[in-house]
Amino acid sequence: MSDDIRGMTAELAADPDSLIFLELGEALRRRGQLDAAFKVARTGLGRYPELARAHDLFARIFCDRKEPDRAFESWVTALQFDPSLVSAHKGLGFLYYQAGDLASAEKHLAYAGQADPDDGGTATALERVRADATAAKAAPASVSAAGAEPAQAEPRAAGDGAAPDDVMLPTIAGAGGLAFSFDEGARSPVQEAVFSGLDGGADGLLLVDANGLRLGGGLRNPDGQDVADSVAALLAGVSKEAARTTRLLALGDWRGLAVECGDGNLFLSAPSDSTLLLTVRGLDVPMGRVARFAERASAAARTWLERAE
Amino acid sequence: MSNPVQLLERLSTVRGLRGSVLVSAADGLIVAESLMTGVDGRAVAALAASLMNRLRRATESAGRREPVFLQLQAQGGSVLATPCGPDLVLVAVAGPDANVGLARLEMLEAAGKVA
Repeated sequence: MSDDIRGMTAELAADPDSLIFLELGEALRRRGQLDAAFKVARTGLGRYPELARAHDLFARIFCDRKEPDRAFESWVTALQFDPSLVSAHKGLGFLYYQAGDLASAEKHLAYAGQADPDDGGTATALERVRADATAAKAAPASVSAAGAEPAQAEPRAAGDGAAPDDVMLPTIAGAGGLAFSFDEGARSPVQEAVFSGLDGGADGLLLVDANGLRLGGGLRNPDGQDVADSVAALLAGVSKEAARTTRLLALGDWRGLAVECGDGNLFLSAPSDSTLLLTVRGLDVPMGRVARFAERASAAARTWLERAE
Repeated sequence: MSNPVQLLERLSTVRGLRGSVLVSAADGLIVAESLMTGVDGRAVAALAASLMNRLRRATESAGRREPVFLQLQAQGGSVLATPCGPDLVLVAVAGPDANVGLARLEMLEAAGKVA
């Protein structure tokens, strides 16, 4: 057992509510320990049944276990909770391609490509799907003669159903299939839209609903990793707790929650009754300015929510 | 560790503060208190400790260091909190006219003495 896995296992044992299960499950999957990965993912999903990234992890494991139907279900579920989850779009694009449904594959890959224009793997995959779709249209006679539906291409054997990530690249590429990487660094068009026009854009702005699901914005830790979903899940209930505290102390409605950390300033506000907005800035931005920026971001979120409704 | 009650009484001299409590972070129970009449100490303790724990987990997940001070702002005042080591939380209730900046400094100093 590597030190990383040992450390994450210990962390999860000490705090079963920790979202470290996402990293632990993925690390085990990458090492091929699929049974262990499955157990970790299943337990985590039991605690966070509405966390899109947990369903995404499940889908990858199913892919590696050569259970594409269950992988498909898990990715579809992931998108129900977070329609902008890029890795789920990539995964579904891969599965649709394997199944020969080029139109659906193109739809999901196009979304992923739009969310992350710099992802060369997705762009190449999309080109491949489009080329195959063109080829399929150019040769309708032979397909029709076989009695098949002309819009569908033949199912692909690429990757043998294994999770379409960097580990599988040689296999998939060798089979003439698609190459994917699960870089989730992309900001989706939806995330861009909520806070467009604000100084600093969506960096360090996270809009969360009452169930701890991300509605918009994004958040990275100081190492650049996307932590938006895990933080969103942990913020569920903060709004109610803050409201309860101020009500019991007869302080009226709560307006904001300023949190000073050792290495940053955070501000929580409630653009609406059922949403929470987290604004994160470094220590170089004084808390007063963070609060003012959060106020403007709240107004932008309110406008976006009204339009969405 | 200084006498917690004396530290809380010193805090109560800050303009606009309605009182303060020292709370066990694990269960939200009061360790020491100095509150004005009418302030529900048990509610302050339980809710502030719960909020602090929740925010600790959130900041950890965000890759940030632990919270060192938080201010819950409301129409009629604020709830201020700062951890005193891993086991205790110092919480104060401030009215709308309180000098929150001074209260913050006093609380951080007191937390250092209690921890």
